[in-house]
Amino acid sequence: MSDFQEKAGAYDHYGEDELESGIATEGTQKRVEDLLLNMGPQHPSTHGVLRIVLELEGETVVSATPYLGYLHRGVEKLAENSTYNQIIPLTDRLDYTSSMTNNYAFVRAVEKLLQIEIPERAEYVRTIVAEMQRLAGHLFWLGTQALDIGAMTVFFYTFREREVLLDLFELLCGARLTMSYYRVGGVDRDLTQEIIDKLYAFLETFPEKIDEYNTLLETNRIWIGRTRDVAVISAEDAINFGLSGPTLRGSGVNYDIRKAEPYGAYDKVEWEVPLGKNCDTYDRYWIRVEEMRQSAKIIKQCLDQLPEGRIITDLPQIAYPPRDKIQTEMESLIHHFMIATDGFDVPEGEIYCGTESPKGELGFYIKSQGGNRPYRLRIRPPSFIHMGAFEHMAKGYMISDIVTIFGTYDVVMGECDR
Amino acid sequence: MNQIALNIKEALPDAVESYFEAFGELTVVIARNKIFEVCRYVHDEPELDFDFITDICSVDYPNESPRFEMIYQFYSIKLNHRIRLKARVPEEDCVIDSVVAIWQGANFMEREVYDMMGIRFNNHPDLRRILMSDDYEEGYPLRKDFPVEGRGWRDQFETLETE
Repeated sequence: MSDFQEKAGAYDHYGEDELESGIATEGTQKRVEDLLLNMGPQHPSTHGVLRIVLELEGETVVSATPYLGYLHRGVEKLAENSTYNQIIPLTDRLDYTSSMTNNYAFVRAVEKLLQIEIPERAEYVRTIVAEMQRLAGHLFWLGTQALDIGAMTVFFYTFREREVLLDLFELLCGARLTMSYYRVGGVDRDLTQEIIDKLYAFLETFPEKIDEYNTLLETNRIWIGRTRDVAVISAEDAINFGLSGPTLRGSGVNYDIRKAEPYGAYDKVEWEVPLGKNCDTYDRYWIRVEEMRQSAKIIKQCLDQLPEGRIITDLPQIAYPPRDKIQTEMESLIHHFMIATDGFDVPEGEIYCGTESPKGELGFYIKSQGGNRPYRLRIRPPSFIHMGAFEHMAKGYMISDIVTIFGTYDVVMGECDR
Repeated sequence: MNQIALNIKEALPDAVESYFEAFGELTVVIARNKIFEVCRYVHDEPELDFDFITDICSVDYPNESPRFEMIYQFYSIKLNHRIRLKARVPEEDCVIDSVVAIWQGANFMEREVYDMMGIRFNNHPDLRRILMSDDYEEGYPLRKDFPVEGRGWRDQFETLETE
């Protein structure tokens, strides 16, 4: 027998059964070999750079090991050498699809350490802007998740509405992606009448727009086939892994920080926490869609109730002086310069403060030894902790489901790797 | 809130070193070798029921002894309360017990602590670097003695060297 024939024999399609029944002889049975497949670091569905090493048996995933860190920029180390105001732009770059809520989470943590009161109007403006960001974040998720698993049209519809919101952000603070709008003690600029009118007009038609997305997906056989019973995780496991946000609520666990530990104006408006039943990606999609409806409701009520008053605390050691004074008064200019360069002192102590971001619980642990810089800043990134459950959730699914499972967390690698 | 600390102290008297409340948050300082027992207790005890792992991180105090401090944050979804456990880890014997057997979510968090601060974990299923590459050999970035500035092409010029 030639070399070639010998090798070909090893690949003959006979298994153990044929061997036993005598059809095949020793040496001609099927050879089974696991396939190692490297997915990423450059892959369109990973929304950043992530590498997953897949061990495959046929098309079934035996194990999936994520390799993180491709976007690691050392934000926690940078923060140790920055004043508190300088950290706000760093938090923009964590989850860059929802920088407003990142700012919010950080300034809330600093305020807890400073133990300062926020003016009521500022609380409302913060809540409105955070919910606008949640809408933008969920629209981004819906568009890209549908795009990743084969429904391209949704992307154009969701990004149409996201564009309106980003334009409003631009009117509000001049930026569309990395906003740095929140300040310790309040916000940077007030909502103008133009923004309020445009927001009302947007909310008028937005619920119909959600129905429009649903007509594209709700009865779409491909969407249902690729999301139903994919990435199932039981409630106990989800809690045990520390999952949070829509990923946890998809398993029916009622944990939303906006309800459990209310902040901002969330306890002054009426809204509900949607919960899933089947613990799968389709339920998480349904939850995010329902959350968009609830967010719209929250914004509308906040706009109706919006009180008059200051938008930032009047403590001079923390808040910048008003813009027009900086340009006309010498003292205000010096005052602005001192806060911008030296920052403000924060008392000794340590706190943990969690905030509900579109992805889940975004927490900041700050250890301060006094002075204008944190001694240690720890970010609890929901995306990173969700990736910890990836292997558990990916086992046993087909290779094409990996994209769905990855998208089910709404992962953003900037936040995961920090 | 102090009732939680008293419960732990009653069940495991030699584990609790001290406890205090600040900024409305309860902190319990635990002896290093008892951390697994205490975690098992706060997770299983129905009156405490800390089922949700919020975070594990560490802080470096280079001028103190023991040098490192492990920080555990837990939350109870049913009872809506939080707790922070702390344990000191010395530099010479930089090891603490892993809690992955109780919360699977601790896996990645402990790997990050190992990666960033160099604290090792007993009984951890897969203790590898996570954010830095596997062959990274320049130390542990979040330690306070890690250089904040890197070495670049400038360093080859003697004239620019400073003492």
